[in-house]
Amino acid sequence: MSWDLVANVAIAGILTGLVYGLMALGLSVIFGVVRVVNFAHGEMMTAAMYAAVVLFSAFGLDPFLATVPVAAAFFVLGYALQAGVINPFITRPEHSQFMLLVAVATILVNALLLGFGPDARNVQVDYQLESFAVGRLLIDKARVFAALLAVVASAGLFAFFRFTLAGKAIRACADNYLGALVVGLNVKHLYALTFGLGAACVAIAGCMMVLLVDVTPVLGPSYTLLAFVIVIVGGLGSMSGALLGGVLIGLSEAMAGLLIQPSAKSMFSFGLLILVLLFRPQGLLGRKSP
Amino acid sequence: MSRAAALLLVLLALLAAFPAFASSYLLSVVTLILFFAYAGQAWNVMMGFAGQLSLGHSLYVGVGAYAAAILFTRYGIGPWAGVWVSIGVCALLGAAIGFLAFRFGISGVYFALLTIAFAEFTRIGFDHLAITGGPGGLFLKVSQRDSWDLLNLRGPPEMFYYVILALAAGAFLLCRALLGSRAGYYWRAIRENEEAAQALGINTFRWKLLAVMLSAAMTSVAGVFNAFYYNNLFPEQIFHISRSIEIILGPVIGGVGTLFGPVIGAALLTSLADAITEALAALGWEVPGVKQVFYGFVLFAVVMFLPNGIWPAIARRLGVSR
Amino acid sequence: MSLLRAQSLTKSFRGLKAVSEASFEAPEGGIVALIGPNGAGKTTCFNMIAGVFAPDSGRIVFADKEIQGQRADQVCAAGVGRTFQIVKPFAGLSVLDNVMVGSFLREKTESGARRVALEVLAKLRLEPKASQPASALTLPDRKRLEVARALATRPRLLLLDEVMAGLRPTECDEMVAVFRELNRADGLTILLIEHVMRAVMALAQSIVVLHHGEIIARGAPAEVVRNPAVLECYLGEETEV
Repeated sequence: MSWDLVANVAIAGILTGLVYGLMALGLSVIFGVVRVVNFAHGEMMTAAMYAAVVLFSAFGLDPFLATVPVAAAFFVLGYALQAGVINPFITRPEHSQFMLLVAVATILVNALLLGFGPDARNVQVDYQLESFAVGRLLIDKARVFAALLAVVASAGLFAFFRFTLAGKAIRACADNYLGALVVGLNVKHLYALTFGLGAACVAIAGCMMVLLVDVTPVLGPSYTLLAFVIVIVGGLGSMSGALLGGVLIGLSEAMAGLLIQPSAKSMFSFGLLILVLLFRPQGLLGRKSP
Repeated sequence: MSRAAALLLVLLALLAAFPAFASSYLLSVVTLILFFAYAGQAWNVMMGFAGQLSLGHSLYVGVGAYAAAILFTRYGIGPWAGVWVSIGVCALLGAAIGFLAFRFGISGVYFALLTIAFAEFTRIGFDHLAITGGPGGLFLKVSQRDSWDLLNLRGPPEMFYYVILALAAGAFLLCRALLGSRAGYYWRAIRENEEAAQALGINTFRWKLLAVMLSAAMTSVAGVFNAFYYNNLFPEQIFHISRSIEIILGPVIGGVGTLFGPVIGAALLTSLADAITEALAALGWEVPGVKQVFYGFVLFAVVMFLPNGIWPAIARRLGVSR
Repeated sequence: MSLLRAQSLTKSFRGLKAVSEASFEAPEGGIVALIGPNGAGKTTCFNMIAGVFAPDSGRIVFADKEIQGQRADQVCAAGVGRTFQIVKPFAGLSVLDNVMVGSFLREKTESGARRVALEVLAKLRLEPKASQPASALTLPDRKRLEVARALATRPRLLLLDEVMAGLRPTECDEMVAVFRELNRADGLTILLIEHVMRAVMALAQSIVVLHHGEIIARGAPAEVVRNPAVLECYLGEETEV
């Protein structure tokens, strides 16, 4: 096994990991603020991937351009989901919320199966076949572009939470629900906004992902679990943790695929999840829950 | 005899006589219903009684199934002995998971995620193990259709029907007995408020562990049945998270923590789903995934509008408790 | 004879000393009140006795056995019952079932547990509400349920954490009467944290005063209420006796 191969695989893993990170960022934002365990996260990702496929095959729209309409649509849908369905559940016990999203996930996955069938779909663009030659390394162009967009989107989200009024208001809700209510913040609206933003992240990540892998409906649950692994490993409530976790998971999956066997690479992620849950549940960058 | 007991006896009699006048298709449907009623009851012990949400119960179905199947195909050990191995292994497995989780204070959603992770880990692991046949699957000799070989669980569908009926009835009676015992009271107390339970002298760690072990052990028997009924096992199928979700649908829809919940939930769900599939087939639509979408919608509706499940609402009308 | 003896209990939380070298005792069959301003360390003492957490240093001797550091369920099995400042009923269970959870500690059978539970409910005058769900009770009744549940474990010592809070004077007097009777008839030793002086003066045979984690006074009620240090830190506001 040459170092070139290892390096190429590692870099590919890191770049893919950044896209994973964006997906997980959506979950981190949703879970960190609204405290909803979005069990349908992976299914949303898969749906976004299919949306990109449809736009490509119908209009020849490049996935990068598709991110705009898809993200907008997902934002609206996410907002509606939170406002219409989940908000009433804030006061209900945890497992009720969980079940609700399990139901949404089940509906989504099987609706996709009904609509698109079980066969794999993908997009075919020119630059998927090209790569950058950096010294002795060969890096896929598509992967680089996808990772770049993921970083840009993440930066945008960071900026939103740091600098805008709405962003700060959302952070206030996350810190102290009752306090936010008392101060007059429209928490329900802010929660819905947050979910919408999380959904938009997933949408962008999905559009990017479809450049890298083929999509089938059954990817949903795997991505959900992957998102949770990343968020928990990286640290709940930490946005940079989600990105870091994504990169770590992307890298480790790639290496595991190379060193052990490609089909066994998820085992590593689950093993990591178990270890983190047991020994450091706040993850790498998260804060300990009060 | 109380009203509830009388109703139950009538139901049991009907179920016992059922194979005599049912078509083979209907028989298979009701067998499936009873299977989920049993598995749901087993899951209920952990969730409804001790309040621990497990979304990885497919782990115990799968391990139980594979253990008994491997013993049968490789070593010729029959299911009645093999089931004890399955029970033992799964009880230990449950104990390990429970111990790790409770020792480190993991509960709620994190616990659920932990159970999912273990199930997924095992699924992928079994896909790569030679002894389990890997992704190609493990196969048992297909049974002869006419004679009843109870010892090896080889026989016609009627035999399997009665076996699962006995299991479901047994589970029901066991849970009923448990609910009225000290264990049942302690578990429900832990579910309601663990801190208060501890202040009343309950060693919550030990009791939670017991619930997990019992639930795992009971579920493993469902796995053994699964192995001998379907005669083939694939890691991708039996450990899959959708199996875990199917198991919980019955109790969640019927009513978590109640005795009749899992039974009613399983009956309602399976029969309606099948009816829909049949109706669509009659219209000429052979669509995979319709059943699951239906499950999703029912689950959604129940969780939104009837959070305690269907049974408690009915029970009030019937004037029956639990 | 001292049923409970706390010796030099000390507990800090992240550098803040909640309790410092606190020593007090409860004689068998007696009623002792632990009073002091908010944040004085009273509930921390309770929690150490009840086994919620262990003291950093010091000993707790109950019936001649050291119990510091034991778990809450072990302490209860040893004979110490407790109520919580914020009541914790088993909301999904009936009143009777709530108490049965307690009585199952000593009774092996369901019928035995039910019998004991009904007896305890009768003492607390909750029997008519036995089959109601606990979530349907009013606050005073919830407090009684909390007491009943703890009593069902047949404790020798009962720890009451601000059980009178939120009760009207008549309700408070009723509770006082119940405790007096339990103490007189069953010899139940009681250690109570209380802010409601009405109850303290009516019940306590001796009072221990905590302030900033330290004991500043102890003795018979009549003396303690006149102690200038106590008056200065605490009783200045509430003089209804």
